[in-house]
Amino acid sequence: MRCPVQRSPYPYWFVLPAAVVFVTLFLVPTVASLWFSLTRWDLYTASYIGLDNFRQFFSEQNLTLGLMNTVIYAVLTSATKTVFGLLLAVLLTSGIWGQSFLRTVVFFPVLVSTIGVGITFTVLMHPTKGLFNVGLAAIGLHGPGWLTDASLALYSVALVDLWKGVGLATLIYIAGLAAISPDYYEAARIDGATRVQQFWRVTVPLVQPATVTVITLSLIGGLRSFDLIWAMTKGGPGFSSDVLASVIYKQYQAGFYGLSTAGNVILFVLIATIILPLTWWFNRKEVDL
Amino acid sequence: MTRRQYWTGIIATVVALVIFVVPFVFIAFTAVKDKAQASHLDFTWPLQFLFWQNLVDVVTTRNYMLLLAYFNSSIITVGAVAMLILFGAMVGYVLQRRQSRWNQVIFGCVLAGLIIPPAVVPTIWVMQGLGLFKTIWGMVLIQVAYGLAFSVLLYRSFIATIPRDLDEAARIDGAKPLQIFLRVILPLLKPVTVTLIVVQSIAIFNDFTNPLYYLPGKENVTVQLTLFNFQSQFSTQFNLLFMNILLVTIPPLIVFIFFNRQIVAGMTAGAVKG
Repeated sequence: MRCPVQRSPYPYWFVLPAAVVFVTLFLVPTVASLWFSLTRWDLYTASYIGLDNFRQFFSEQNLTLGLMNTVIYAVLTSATKTVFGLLLAVLLTSGIWGQSFLRTVVFFPVLVSTIGVGITFTVLMHPTKGLFNVGLAAIGLHGPGWLTDASLALYSVALVDLWKGVGLATLIYIAGLAAISPDYYEAARIDGATRVQQFWRVTVPLVQPATVTVITLSLIGGLRSFDLIWAMTKGGPGFSSDVLASVIYKQYQAGFYGLSTAGNVILFVLIATIILPLTWWFNRKEVDL
Repeated sequence: MTRRQYWTGIIATVVALVIFVVPFVFIAFTAVKDKAQASHLDFTWPLQFLFWQNLVDVVTTRNYMLLLAYFNSSIITVGAVAMLILFGAMVGYVLQRRQSRWNQVIFGCVLAGLIIPPAVVPTIWVMQGLGLFKTIWGMVLIQVAYGLAFSVLLYRSFIATIPRDLDEAARIDGAKPLQIFLRVILPLLKPVTVTLIVVQSIAIFNDFTNPLYYLPGKENVTVQLTLFNFQSQFSTQFNLLFMNILLVTIPPLIVFIFFNRQIVAGMTAGAVKG
């Protein structure tokens, strides 16, 4: 033995390159944000102003609206992706004609640039010339101003988000469905369960790990989402489709760095208060099964 | 295939064509139209096929800005993915092979990296202090920092399937730790490495938010930033705008055709039992 001390063949310096990058560019800014959110800050000098930024956030109407919209948008996109993802996955594993083509078509939008999708749908949702309203007019309906109506803009963007993201939920569900043993379905059939009963009593409980993944991923993504909204409405008309991420960007552009950072802290707290209890609840439920 | 499966499939295909394919056909049609017809924004057959002319017009706009954008985006993507592979595999390897209190810390970091939204302005502040703000290499390191958690997670679960006996055998033959990792382990990780390359490349190539914050400036344009800026530049030339969208859509399409299986593997990793 050459060395008096036996060295591990898995030295800790292997972690070092990753740790340096992660700590400097992710952890340090995250910790620093807690301090800077309490200051008036121009990147060079920061003066402590207590909780003023947070007070401003919760008192200005357009900022609280952004907070509300974030939750609405995230819950809405997450719920629709979960429901449609599961239904599509069941349909696309039932051996129908053109199954693999359909899987490809449903999944492809996931890989396409969000900005490209955003611009395309902005054009398709044009109030008078867009394909949406031209199509509706062809069957005698008067289409709304999808992105120009302040009460509708956020939901129109959420619809496009569903279009772009449902393929990922479907894919995760297809993998989850493949893990369910066919024996369960056979037993259910022998007991005389209908297709609907099989879906509710066998598929839904046994596909739960996939459901957890889909809900968690889409909620985190929805709460953080920025680029689709920015490409389609820039938070408009007015502030009607602003979400936290776009508020953070607008405050940053306006030079209110402290306020922008406070927005970041609020977003972080919001995600933590939604995701952590949810994960805990899912884990507990899984034990019960 | 029963009658029912056949007809359900036909109906589903028609619906899917309308919902998922029409927008892409619209992009392709508008991209080859002339300026006047494209401005109608309608879903019609192109009267003229100006594919080549529109392509040249888009590429030459603002002094070949699109070429510069593709160049920058490629450098960022290749650089970041290479580092993500190497660093991620090293962390995943140590994390899986060695049990200690530090594992909890690393796991905590991975979880934080997956959940916490990056604190934007403080990151700019750190990058300015290090001279990384508005530089391509700063952007590469940002993508590495934000993508590491996913890489580590994927590598760790894959390395668990590689028997320790292999490391032992190499060690008895006198290989140093780094040699064991580079010569024995890393080549065995190829399937998951291919998956990561594909998934992370698409994510980084399509990223808009991070270059918007950390890489402002005319020389630093990326593909997504250029597309976003062309939205106002081409507000009257929709044919050119959609030609640009078409150009941005083609790389993922090519990757998808060749690496379909790896993408599916990466996207569903940990979905069934994480």
